[in-house]
Amino acid sequence: MSTFTVIDGERAVEVEARIEGERVLLDPSAVKDALGWEYHDGQLCSDMMCIPIDDAAGLLRDGAIELGGLARALDRPLALDVAERAACLGASARERAEALASQIAPDFTLPDLDGTPHALSSYRGKKILLVAWASW
Amino acid sequence: MIAVALDKTADDARPWIEAAHPTYPVLIDTRHVMADLYNVVNVPTILWIDERGRIVRPNDVAFGADTFKHITGLEASRHLGALRAWVQGERPALTADEVRKHQPLPTAADQQARAEFGLGQWLWSRGGLDAAERHFVRGGELAPHDFTIRRGTMPMRNMDPMGPKFREMLQAWVGGGQPYYRPLPDTSGLASGLAS
Repeated sequence: MSTFTVIDGERAVEVEARIEGERVLLDPSAVKDALGWEYHDGQLCSDMMCIPIDDAAGLLRDGAIELGGLARALDRPLALDVAERAACLGASARERAEALASQIAPDFTLPDLDGTPHALSSYRGKKILLVAWASW
Repeated sequence: MIAVALDKTADDARPWIEAAHPTYPVLIDTRHVMADLYNVVNVPTILWIDERGRIVRPNDVAFGADTFKHITGLEASRHLGALRAWVQGERPALTADEVRKHQPLPTAADQQARAEFGLGQWLWSRGGLDAAERHFVRGGELAPHDFTIRRGTMPMRNMDPMGPKFREMLQAWVGGGQPYYRPLPDTSGLASGLAS
């Protein structure tokens, strides 16, 4: 086993992993500590919710949790680079679409040029023109 | 106003910010966090959020001036007039039904593309340019309409985002009948800035 980086949202966490071809096998306690998910009794649970797992064979392999299976169970996209020992677990389309369909502006916190973080929600109470731009 | 720069580093955005002398927050979004949350696929993208934190004008394209009107076909007054009227309380923003109708929602492929971008950006930030390239290309294939990936990653691929490779990409895209910019349609129900 050696380390593998899983980028989960804005965090990059190092987990112990064994690689078999394109399969990334993670130690279940690492998945719990680093990613917050634990499998038991046919369910994948976080602090906030449990997801029933119909296809345990797709998720578990020799007692390890397979990263692709975990992503599928969470309905989240996975970008994988076995050679670089890194993967990015992205946001579920359903989750993003439901949030936008609610018409409530999703909150975020980003830094300004000085590195000072600004949360969108801290500007609540005023009309906001939000502009995405780039030097490209 | 809150401006979010989808640039690979703060230094790329800095000269533009300093030239503008902004009185409003300008935030740096190297990992495209805001683009992911709001399903932003190109720049500039604007949206309006009301006092209660609700989106009242979803993803639209607007420029502050007519500098590029001859290229984009978009008049600044279209949005500026509507914006002014909304801010001053003279005209409402879009109705909830109109917002729902015009709010673009991401597909699974869009989100897979964003995950590829996220991995590529992380690899690039650690000097893994060749590995990053693979994921940027994959992201562009998965979401060919997402120019925050197809054009936005060019500076991380040693390509000029204003240069021949971009022009080639744009030509192929527009030549295939697809718009590069997708402004909201101008109808009287959308509180347009044009004469009403």
